[in-house]
Parts: sequence; C-alpha cells; structure tokens
Amino acid sequence: MEGSPSTIGAVTALAESPADARAARLAAAPPAVVLDHVHKTFRLPHVQYSTLKERALHPFRSTTYDELKALVDVDLTIKQGEFFGIVGRNGSGKSTMLKCLAGIYRPDRGRITVHGRLSPFIELGVGFNPDLTARDNIVINAVMMGLTRKEAVRSFDGVIEFAELEEFVDLKLKNYSSGMAVRLGFATAIQVSADVLLVDEVLAVGDAAFQQKCFEEFTRLKAEGRTVVFVTHDMSAVERYCDRAMLIERGNVLKIGEPHAISRAYNELNFGRLVHASDETGRYGDQEVCAIKDAWFEHAGERTGEIAQYERLTMCARIHFRDAVEEPVIGFSVRNDVGHTVFITTTEWAQTPTGTFAAGDEIVVRITVDAIMSPTKYDLTPSIAPAGGVDVVDVREDLASVYVHGTRVTGGLVDLPHTFTLERGT
Amino acid sequence: MTELAAPPAPVSRVPTRGDELRRLLSLTWTLALSDWKLRFYGSALGLAWTLVRPFALFGVVYVVFTEIAGLDKNVPNYGVYILFALVLYTFFTEMTSNSVQALVSRESLLRKMQFNPIVIPLSISITALLNLGMTLLAVFIFALGTGVYPTLTWLELPVIVLLLFLFGTGVGMLLSVLYVRYRDVQPIWDVVTQITFYASSVLYVAVPTVPANYRQEFLCNPLSALFAQMRHAVIDNDAPTITSAFNHGVYVLIPLGIIVGTFTLGLWFFVRESPRVAENL
Repeated sequence: MEGSPSTIGAVTALAESPADARAARLAAAPPAVVLDHVHKTFRLPHVQYSTLKERALHPFRSTTYDELKALVDVDLTIKQGEFFGIVGRNGSGKSTMLKCLAGIYRPDRGRITVHGRLSPFIELGVGFNPDLTARDNIVINAVMMGLTRKEAVRSFDGVIEFAELEEFVDLKLKNYSSGMAVRLGFATAIQVSADVLLVDEVLAVGDAAFQQKCFEEFTRLKAEGRTVVFVTHDMSAVERYCDRAMLIERGNVLKIGEPHAISRAYNELNFGRLVHASDETGRYGDQEVCAIKDAWFEHAGERTGEIAQYERLTMCARIHFRDAVEEPVIGFSVRNDVGHTVFITTTEWAQTPTGTFAAGDEIVVRITVDAIMSPTKYDLTPSIAPAGGVDVVDVREDLASVYVHGTRVTGGLVDLPHTFTLERGT
Repeated sequence: MTELAAPPAPVSRVPTRGDELRRLLSLTWTLALSDWKLRFYGSALGLAWTLVRPFALFGVVYVVFTEIAGLDKNVPNYGVYILFALVLYTFFTEMTSNSVQALVSRESLLRKMQFNPIVIPLSISITALLNLGMTLLAVFIFALGTGVYPTLTWLELPVIVLLLFLFGTGVGMLLSVLYVRYRDVQPIWDVVTQITFYASSVLYVAVPTVPANYRQEFLCNPLSALFAQMRHAVIDNDAPTITSAFNHGVYVLIPLGIIVGTFTLGLWFFVRESPRVAENL
C-alpha cells in the first residue's frame, strides 16, 4: 500500500509515535479542507446556440438564462483525519461540491483550500479503455491520478493484489465483468495514497464483501491521518463510518453535525413522516398501537446467549399493546454474522391466529426450533404488523443475538436432518 | 486551488509547479502512447495500416499527376516529393481533425478527473507524431530505393516537423475549444482541409509549377512554405530554399509568423477557455 515515496516517511513516522501524540498533532494541524463561502451557479440558456450559423444569423439576440444555484454560501471546515459525510437528495448539490473540491469546477465566489494531495474517487475507472489490458489501464489511471509513470508501474503489483485479479492481468478490460472493472478502479485509486480522498458513491457498486473491503481501507487510511470526504445516500454507512456529516438541500447547507442526527434529518427530508424517525437505528414503524419491548433467546426455559448445535432453541419477543389490536401479524427473522437471512416466519404464514388484544395488554411470543444452523452468531429481528396491512408497526433489527457453537462446521448454512440410503443395483 | 503552507506530518508534499509540469507531460505521453497502441489492436495488419494509406494514396496520385497531368516535368524526383509532402500533410490533418472532437469525446474524463485539459490536444499531436515517425521510416527506404540519398541538409527535417507540429497543435487547440461551443466547426474544418490539400503544394511544387505572379502570396501559406523548404533539404539540393523562393528573403517571416502566431493564439485561447470546459461540455 505504501507505494508512493512521498508518503512513506509520513507513514513510518506515524507508526512510531504513540496514538495520543498523533491525536495532538492532528488537532494542531491545519484543517484539511476549507470552503469559505463558496457559491456555484450554473447558467442554463433557454435557447442553445450551438452552431456558428445561428450565432451569425442572430448576432445581437441576447440569450436568456435560467440560473441553477448548485451551491449557496457553503462554509465548511473539515479537520485532518476526519471521515466526513455529505448527504442530500438527488440534485441537491453534493456532486457539484465534490467536483469543486476536486478542482474540476471553479466556484463563482468564495475560496476552497485543500491541504495536501487530493485524490478524487468521483467515479471509478474513469479513462479505462476497454480495448487495453488491465496492465495498461492501471498505468493510465494512476498517471491520471497524479503518479509518475515509474510510480505507476511500481504500484502495479499492489493494485492487482488488492483487486484480487492476478489471473486476469493480461485480459482486455472489455472481457472483465463490471464488478472486476470496479475493483480494478478502486484498487488503482487507493494506491495513489493521497491525503484527502473524495469518494462519490463509488461503493454503491460491487458486492457486499468488496464494499466491506473498501470501507476497511478507508478506515485504515483515516487511521493514518488521512481525510475522507464521502458522498452517499446510504445512511447506515454514514452512521457507521463518519465522524461528522452534512446535509445539503438545493445547494444550501441545512445541517452539519453528528452522523446520527444528520441521518435522521435526511430521512425526515426524504420520507416526511412515512417512516417514523426513531431514536434507535434499525428500528422502523410508528409504534403507535403496539411496540416490541424486548427479544431474547431461551434454552430449557432460561434466557441464553449461546447454545450448542442441535439443541432446542426458543426465540422470544415481548409485545406491549397501547391500543386495541385485532389479529396482528407477528414475525421473526434470523440472520447470520454475514447478514444472510437463514430463517423467516410470521404468524400469518404459519396460519396461527393471534387473537384480540386490549390497550395495556402485554404478551410474550415464542417459537421453538432445532438449532441446526452452522456454528456462528445469529441475530433475531422481531416485527409486528396490522392484519393484512403493508405497513409495519414496529421492527427492531438484530434485537437479540445468540452464538451457536459446535464442532461440525460443514460449510453449509444449516445442517438439515438427513439419512443416507445406499442400494445396490436399482 | 492548493494553498501552500508548511505541511504537518501526515500530509505529503504539496505539489510544486515543477511537479505539475511533470505530471502534465507524463499524462500527455501516457495518453498518446495508449492511443497509438490502440490503433493496432484488433487489426490483422496492425502497424502496416499506417503505411498502407499514404502509400496507396501516393500510388494513385503519382499515376494521375505524372501520366495524365504531366506535372513531373522539370521536377527531379517528383514521386519522392509528393510522398514526403503527403505524409507531412497527413500529419497536419491528423493533428487538427482529431483535435476537433477531442474534448467533447473525452467528456467523462474531463468531468470526473482533475487535470489540465491541454493534455488532450497535446496527446493527439504526439500520437500523430508517433505515426509520422513510423511512416517516415518507410518513406526513407522508398527514397533510398529511388535514388534520393541522405545529405547533411536532411538534418533540417526535424526543424520542419517541429514547425509543422507547432502549427498543427495551435490549430488543434483552437478547434477543440471552439467545437465545445459551436458544433459546426466539424463540417467547416472538413471543408477547410479539403481546400488546403489542393491549395498547398502537396501534389505539385511551388517552384516552378506555381505561376510567378502570385507565387509570393502562395508561399505565405505555412504548409507550402514548409514543403518548399523540405524539397530543398531532403529531395533536391538544387531546388530553391524558401528564402530564395521569395522575392526577398525577409518575406519568410510571414509564414513563420503565421505558425508562431497560430500556436500562441491557440494556446492563449485554450488556456482562457479550458477552466470552464468541464462545465460547458
């Protein structure tokens, strides 16, 4: 990873110094990015004169413009070593801001100051040519990002290794799957080892494992004291990775603050009251008529956090009714440590009538299964919805967890009960 | 954009002007080289195609103009001359015609990467230069075969190519930026190249074929002037140099001025317009 000689010194210096010294130095360091009252307006002419002929025929006709205010008085300071999120709806000015930061667009007014080398991940694999091999494309892309040709050639092995494309080095890019091309683009961009990384929703592509890898890489770079500016629609990513975030709407900065508060503001902006903003993450629904109070796992009548494989496992949820409810649909879903759902059921599917409840009632719902899942951690998501309705009243993701332990790891998600039969002849 | 300040530990060196220039050159070279390579991918004859075109054109032109029009009278090594002139003229049109749409066709690059857009017309000129180098090798072999032997004055050829390079790059920069605003630059330039092909001394020689009463004006065309000097330097040392082809040697400053002026104008216009090019595409 430490391909660029200009940063090797900085990296080793960091490794030697204690963490608090680094923190102190980061605090004393000048901000990585400063936007000082930045304005950007695009002029959209009503009639586009795009030929010389028309210009010559109507030399004095003045063109009228619509003004699109893409950025209005944006004032922002991003500290060094910060993971900063920019969120907003489509057309809110996020990408314009990123492009101004990257120096692709010039602000009309105001000043932008960036300390250190900047690497834009505006789009991965820009300039990749489908008719060239991965080898050639890496060099072009790396040079475009500011490496010299020598550095680009040197970084080559690291790029291929990170992208996990060793077998396809000499394949033309047009024969790559889109995921492979994106991996190659990301790996190249990350090799540039810039001080400020501008990331524009590049992670919307690629599979879950690769996204995870990308985020780990950003987190690692951040730990090295680099700054990441991250544009996204994915609120869970903002909450997980960002130190601070900004909500932007029609070019105006609505709010800068804690990722959590920003993500709530974003959801409010987007869905109005559709999804009730909840204090917890991973909780949906308005919880007006009833609410899930708690969920847990039981074994042999006792609460437990772990269980041996093939034992009887009980999933439980406590529900409180604030109002009279008839035939609510109660569901459980279980997913494993990598987020695969291994089991879902609802009272509706199981054709179990639930009955009628009055305000103030509290019930505990239980189902019992054989723990035939392969050994790992499992999370339980209970949910409750009105009869036949589409909206949920309350969903609480991953409210309880249990570790299934055992010695037989087959590699399958579950170990279904089975017997072999062998017959000679037919 | 990037403000200079004493960088704290985690920040790598802020790029200086020299770094920027080095990056510009290495990016230009990388783009030019990959463009050049691309030309031969997926074609059976590969490199040979760069040679087939000028030589095929040359064959046709040679037959028509010697056998039918009889333009080769009193012109020693007429065939070698038109071959050289054709190759140089192709070099010029490649630089200019390929530049017209260059910025627009690389829109995604310009919109998503930060680099000096001047890289694009420059890399196109460099690609054309690489092609010229390839073709000239074959042309030299042809020249030797037909009895034109190297002399010291062949050393003038790089200077002629350099001037042509400046002229073509200047025009290319101008056209590429104009095309962003006015899309009819494309057909206009197609017509202009057609006209200059016949209006410049590609298929005939300036002296003595062009009538003396407007030869002065004719030689003000930088292409004709360069080809006239090329003829003296490479093909026939007895042919007049460009200074002696003019009535007064000092007139040579006119085509030279046009070349330098065009390059300066193109550069100025490009530098003026390019910061906003990404937005106007």
